[in-house]
Amino acid sequence: MSGSPPSHTPDADSSLTAAQVRKVASLAKLELADGEVERLRGELGAILTHAQRLQALNLDGVEPLTTPLEMTGPMAEDVPSGVLATEALHAMAPATDGAFIKVPKVLGDGGGA
Amino acid sequence: MWAPVQELAGNVRAGRTTARSLVERSLARIEAVNGRINAFVEVHTSAALARADAVDAQVKAGQDPGPLAGVPVALKDNMCTVEGHTTCGSAMLKGYRSPFDAGVVERLHAAGAVIVGKTNLDEFAMGSSTETSVFGPTKNPWDLSRVPGGSSGGSAAAVAAGCVPVALGSDTGGSIRQPASHCGVVGIKPTYGRVSRWGLVAYASSLDQIGPLAVRVADCALVTRVICGHDGRDSTSAPVEAAGIDRDLEEGVEGLVIGVPAEARGGGNHAGVASALEGTLGALRLAGAEIMDIELPHAGLGIAAYYLIATAEASSNLARFDGVRYGHRASLLDGDGLDALYCRSRAQGFGREVRKRIMLGTHALSSGYYDAYYGRALKVRRLIKGDYDAAFAKGCDAVLMPASPGPAFLLGSKSGGGDPLAMYLEDVFTVGVNLAGLPAITVPAGFAEEGGMELPVGVQLIGPALSENRLLRVAGMVERAMGVAGRMAQPF
Repeated sequence: MSGSPPSHTPDADSSLTAAQVRKVASLAKLELADGEVERLRGELGAILTHAQRLQALNLDGVEPLTTPLEMTGPMAEDVPSGVLATEALHAMAPATDGAFIKVPKVLGDGGGA
Repeated sequence: MWAPVQELAGNVRAGRTTARSLVERSLARIEAVNGRINAFVEVHTSAALARADAVDAQVKAGQDPGPLAGVPVALKDNMCTVEGHTTCGSAMLKGYRSPFDAGVVERLHAAGAVIVGKTNLDEFAMGSSTETSVFGPTKNPWDLSRVPGGSSGGSAAAVAAGCVPVALGSDTGGSIRQPASHCGVVGIKPTYGRVSRWGLVAYASSLDQIGPLAVRVADCALVTRVICGHDGRDSTSAPVEAAGIDRDLEEGVEGLVIGVPAEARGGGNHAGVASALEGTLGALRLAGAEIMDIELPHAGLGIAAYYLIATAEASSNLARFDGVRYGHRASLLDGDGLDALYCRSRAQGFGREVRKRIMLGTHALSSGYYDAYYGRALKVRRLIKGDYDAAFAKGCDAVLMPASPGPAFLLGSKSGGGDPLAMYLEDVFTVGVNLAGLPAITVPAGFAEEGGMELPVGVQLIGPALSENRLLRVAGMVERAMGVAGRMAQPF
């Protein structure tokens, strides 16, 4: 996902438009109430404006650091380990039907994912 | 106040006291004070008493229950326990029961400890004040109108109020060290990878680490030794032994080099914090340590890098809460499909701060913004780690700085939404440690006057990876010299 279509260089004012807030909410799978859009524009904008200070640096040649752990853990044996019993998994699910976890219709009129 | 953990366990092991009496004392204290401080979200009375009896039975049978025999411990409610619920302070997980115990819970049990209950936290550990929990805010035992810090505020308050001698917290950007400072207790974040996160509900996986909060440095050291060690179920668990971690607490600091960055002594600190820092420096010098000025030139970028990286990881980690397999599920209307189930369940289950952080992280990772935000933050992370590496390479054994720029602040004063950054800037001295994966400890070092009250403030010591032994040794000396650790909160 890195860098595909033109990579933005955020402006000093990093506020998001209402449409951008709605798009991010849709990517994050979060329903937004109408009043929330404006509030999030302000709150996210303030943080992104603070994050502007990362834009001024010359970071050419600096390798990204994704984890501080500089050692490799031992490899696990490639053997099956214990798994949770089906009943334990069912007990956690909000809705079940017999041996299945119940979800709304995925395909057809009401489908959506 | 609780006696040292080693002494408590020693008395149980020798039959001079019983695990049951320690646990009953803890439960009585919780009963007496929790209504005022809201540190515990759940108390495991019958399970704790049953486990205490089992420990006592072991002693009677001539067996050794372990180095924490009968010691009551509180657990931040983002660590899974079969007993009771695991909620992360969120409506999303209200009523959730884990089918397994976290790795640290197994280690505590194996050492003879007794878990008495689960403590309050900012929802999903996202916060610096313990105000965003669905169970309501935790109050600071030193002044009930103030926050305990966060996100492990329930654990810090539980120790400060004398409910337990030790509690576990988790630290993603300061969540053990800042509440320890605000509540006048000791708290250590071990090196990234030293403590298994198996069964810790993930917030930001490249930053999260579990550690203890306790009355004294020695208590923290002993519990750190117990919970450290390799766990094959956590792929980031370091294959490193922890045997000698609490060995040299009395050694003193003669000949050690303590680095102090200019930023640590900046004008933004509360006078009480500045004075605790200078007092600690003086004590270290007097005890034979050499003080070295160091530079952390990229420290000012820490908050920006941290909040982009942590929220990016959170947006991915919290994707599992989809209303399908566990957690809150929204009621749907006719015609609503799977997408509505996801979006509405998540909107209802997550609180405002969690939703905001998921949004921020999603934006930082989204197409077209990834390079500018997440990508740059990861590069800055390397520079921040490089600053620490350079200081240690110059001969510095530990770095000293405040744990927080000020003492505990008033409830509501930074969470009102007026300035969305005010709360995040609480973490200015703590996030760099998580970005670099280093061990760090907060030790009470003084008091700050605020509104006519004396509030505790801690100092923070930071060491190279896997240097907990030396860090605890320096912390032990600071504790002895400053003489404020273990002063229990009043009026409790």
